[in-house]
Amino acid sequence: MSFDIDKIRADFPILQQTVYGKPLVYLDNGATTQKPNIVIDRISDFYRTTNANVHRGVHFLSDKSTQEYESSRDFVAQFLNASSSKEIIFTKGATDSINLIADAFTQSILKKGDQIIVSALEHHANLVPWQIACQKTGAELKIIPINEKGELIQSEFENLLSDKVKIFSIAHVSNSLGTINPVKEMIAKAHQFNIPVLLDASQSVQHIEVDVQDLDCEFLAFSGHKIYAPTGIGALYGKTEWLEKLPPYQSGGDMIDQVSYISSTYAEIPLKFEAGTNNYVGAIALAEALKYVQNIGLKNIANYESELLNYATQKLNEIEALKIIGTADKKASALSFIIDKIHNYDLGMILDKMGIAVRTGHHCTQPLMNKLGINGTVRASFAIYNTKEEVDKLTNALLKAQQMFS
Amino acid sequence: MTINEIQDQIVEDFSVFDEWLDKYQYLIDLATDTPQIDNQFKTNQYLINGCQSRVWLHAELKEGLIYFTGDSDAIITNGIISLLIKVLNKRTPKEIIEINLYFIDKIGLSQNLSPTRANGLAAMLKQMKLYAVAFDAKSK
Repeated sequence: MSFDIDKIRADFPILQQTVYGKPLVYLDNGATTQKPNIVIDRISDFYRTTNANVHRGVHFLSDKSTQEYESSRDFVAQFLNASSSKEIIFTKGATDSINLIADAFTQSILKKGDQIIVSALEHHANLVPWQIACQKTGAELKIIPINEKGELIQSEFENLLSDKVKIFSIAHVSNSLGTINPVKEMIAKAHQFNIPVLLDASQSVQHIEVDVQDLDCEFLAFSGHKIYAPTGIGALYGKTEWLEKLPPYQSGGDMIDQVSYISSTYAEIPLKFEAGTNNYVGAIALAEALKYVQNIGLKNIANYESELLNYATQKLNEIEALKIIGTADKKASALSFIIDKIHNYDLGMILDKMGIAVRTGHHCTQPLMNKLGINGTVRASFAIYNTKEEVDKLTNALLKAQQMFS
Repeated sequence: MTINEIQDQIVEDFSVFDEWLDKYQYLIDLATDTPQIDNQFKTNQYLINGCQSRVWLHAELKEGLIYFTGDSDAIITNGIISLLIKVLNKRTPKEIIEINLYFIDKIGLSQNLSPTRANGLAAMLKQMKLYAVAFDAKSK
């Protein structure tokens, strides 16, 4: 399929509205994306025709529901190019996926004197779970620093690698700055020390091609709602040998094999990690969203969004007193900036009144903002349905805001 | 002027603006009216939680009346502070405790600010009332 922007925009009903009398310009896609009709319809059709709890009943609907749930797992596996569907665990989202791995490592691997590596660019979701893991086990957190462009300093990363490191967890794309980290090379370097790697792909799967076998990461986490699927569903990919040796996270129904009053044996993966009734409707809608993305093609998406980001970067750079925060050579989707003497909150309020939705503040990366010496930024983050006309509206709105505050 | 006369005056001032941007331009203009907090009070102790931007608020009691000063690093927030101080300044603690604040609703600020922002507004007002309660208790 070629990239037909008018058709794509027509797929998203929410974009057709006006706010404060102005056409909505939605540039807060890093926080969450809007949903196409095909995903919304999938949810409502499922509840109208198919709903029954999965893996439990012998009846017709339960069987149908289970088949659709499991074929959604197959599709997620295919989307990420996992070698098997059992390597896909459905979770609440990336935060849940990361917590699962951090908890499993806390229970079974980490001990005093061990080290964990993360980067200075991490979202709180890929920082706080590891801080807690360190508090519980006595392990130590090591941070890869960034240069002035917002890129990870590779030599510093290499210096941190040692046999003491038991896991390396890193964002593929920075949610605040848009930096695309060279994760394939970093994973290969970590593997020289037998360090397993968890990739936080929350800001990458919707923008660039992600192939877990090519990247060779041990684990990968992402959220559905950032890739045109509903909230409350996400996935964790894990290599079979790792998922088999890690202990379960939560316990209850569906994750067991045999239960007596004294002890239980656990189900095989992936069900070992899916305790209780999972968000199976979300999982089915997630697969639908991934199909939608795959039909458009991630290469097409990456090309289109990259052109949009370059255009926006060029336009915003023309604004006097505006400074783009994060100028990495390779970026995806996010454009963070500040304007001299105008608070990001003030800018966000004025943009809002002109119909433009952006994120303001620290973007759940407080340590990064402190490091950059700023109290936050305005972040415009793009998705497949954004256009150059919308970038022009953003530029004009910023000029208008500058006038108002002068 | 009474508290309600000032509130009515603010509602009337805002009623001339049809466009949201004009209302916000007016708030920006009002920002400079805020009685400035002394630098010695611009510390964490006087910082209000619940605002996306930073807000400092100080109050003192002089001859039975409360005098507020404040500041924010965001201009629009400062405009909102200046409105609140306009209404609540130089009142007795009792007046502030019993105040019926209706102007915020009427000028459309509360329903049109998102929860995070509204919380900031609510947090500011709560802090002003806390000062009043504390001064009231002290004077008894």
